[in-house]
Amino acid sequence: MKRLLFVLLAVFVLSSLWGCGYNTMQANEESVFAAWGDVEAAYQRRADLVPNLVEVVKGYAKHEADTLTAVTEARAKVGSVRLSKDMLNNPRSVEAFQQAQGQLSSTLSRLMVVVERYPDLKANQNFMDLQNQLEGTENRINVARTRYNKAVQNFNTSIRTFPNSVTNSLLLHLTRKEPFKAEEGAKAAPKIKF
Amino acid sequence: MVMKRILILILLFFLPCTAYPLDVPPLRGHVNDYARILSPATVQELEEQLSEFERSDSTQIVVLTIPTLAGENLEEYSIKVAETWKIGQKGVDNGAVLLIAKDERKVRIEVGRGLEGRLTDLVSGRIVRGEIVPRFKQGDFDGGVKAGISAIMAVVRGEYKASSSDLRHGRKGAHPAFTLVIFVCLAAVFLGALSRVLGGIAGAVGFPIVALLAFPGLSLLILALAAVAGFFVGLLLSFLFSGGGGFFGGPFIGGGFGGGFFGGGDSGGFSGGGGDFGGGGASGDW
Repeated sequence: MKRLLFVLLAVFVLSSLWGCGYNTMQANEESVFAAWGDVEAAYQRRADLVPNLVEVVKGYAKHEADTLTAVTEARAKVGSVRLSKDMLNNPRSVEAFQQAQGQLSSTLSRLMVVVERYPDLKANQNFMDLQNQLEGTENRINVARTRYNKAVQNFNTSIRTFPNSVTNSLLLHLTRKEPFKAEEGAKAAPKIKF
Repeated sequence: MVMKRILILILLFFLPCTAYPLDVPPLRGHVNDYARILSPATVQELEEQLSEFERSDSTQIVVLTIPTLAGENLEEYSIKVAETWKIGQKGVDNGAVLLIAKDERKVRIEVGRGLEGRLTDLVSGRIVRGEIVPRFKQGDFDGGVKAGISAIMAVVRGEYKASSSDLRHGRKGAHPAFTLVIFVCLAAVFLGALSRVLGGIAGAVGFPIVALLAFPGLSLLILALAAVAGFFVGLLLSFLFSGGGGFFGGPFIGGGFGGGFFGGGDSGGFSGGGGDFGGGGASGDW
């Protein structure tokens, strides 16, 4: 009987050692970085698309210089706010990045409303293709952001729960990563309707 | 009341850590006409075409029609379907889903990452606008789906080639965890020859590890149960094999654990190959 108790105790100690989470936490951090890479790529894709879009719209909607300038400026701003994967644990830089991207989202949706007034432009094959690409890119951004947030949540949970928290504070010193917050109108932003 | 809560709490412990969305219908074949807008002849024709295409190119293309989105966003639902079904082969991600929501009059082509090179958002958009929507507008669902599918096939044909290992990824044959179970049993027998308790420990440590390797999302309680079960199996094994020879060749382990616990996975018929989607594709309405 005593022997059995001893064995059960040994099993418990062994399984808790085995579950210290050293590898799990690192794997989770790597998946956050991978998910971040996808987010960055999706945003970059949109930034690459904007000049073409502006060019096409310009040809038809010359009177909308204000809107077009706003888009171009927001695009330039996005290019200057970089966020490397080492900065993901800094709430302020994540906030700045999100703000710049949000600015571009809102100017783009304003442009798409303006375009409504130009039937010739809306029927233009070039423009319709660009519109598809922009929609696809916005959708990719959405998907990448959702997956990034999931990875971050997974990682943050894994470094905060016992016994991983002990391993982390003693050995790894990994810090919490910032998830994307839903911004004002972000839910509506990808909805581009013609 | 309190008892009920405790019971629910205990039940919650048994839930695996991963959850699956409920409202994606089961994958029945290449053509899943849940909205009943296609004629049986069309369904059969498409099914044959798409199976043949999968055999030659390994690329999986699937059609799903649903009566209504029930208020859900088309794009979000579409990626959910793609993530649940995992269309396309694992590693190359060569899958595509043609989704049609009847009541909302919306259609979307969801493109797997591996096909995004050819079936770009632009090309998908042109297929939706040029092939599918005009026919749908006239009420010709059969023609629209057929034209859309053949356009998709024409675009992605030759992008991938099927190799024999590419198809049906290890869907036949024993689960790799089964080998590990045998290994753990052997370890228990050998250690059990030294001391029965040692055999028990081998089982108690080995079984949860095997269980975790086989199902990465298991809860701690299940792992603990596996440890306890493993302990007794290990103890039994060492008892059978070290205690007098009379027990040798008797009905040991009996495969109940290995078969019942690690079996499954091979449901037969059509299933997704594990392809990944990143949100590429295009939508349209009619």
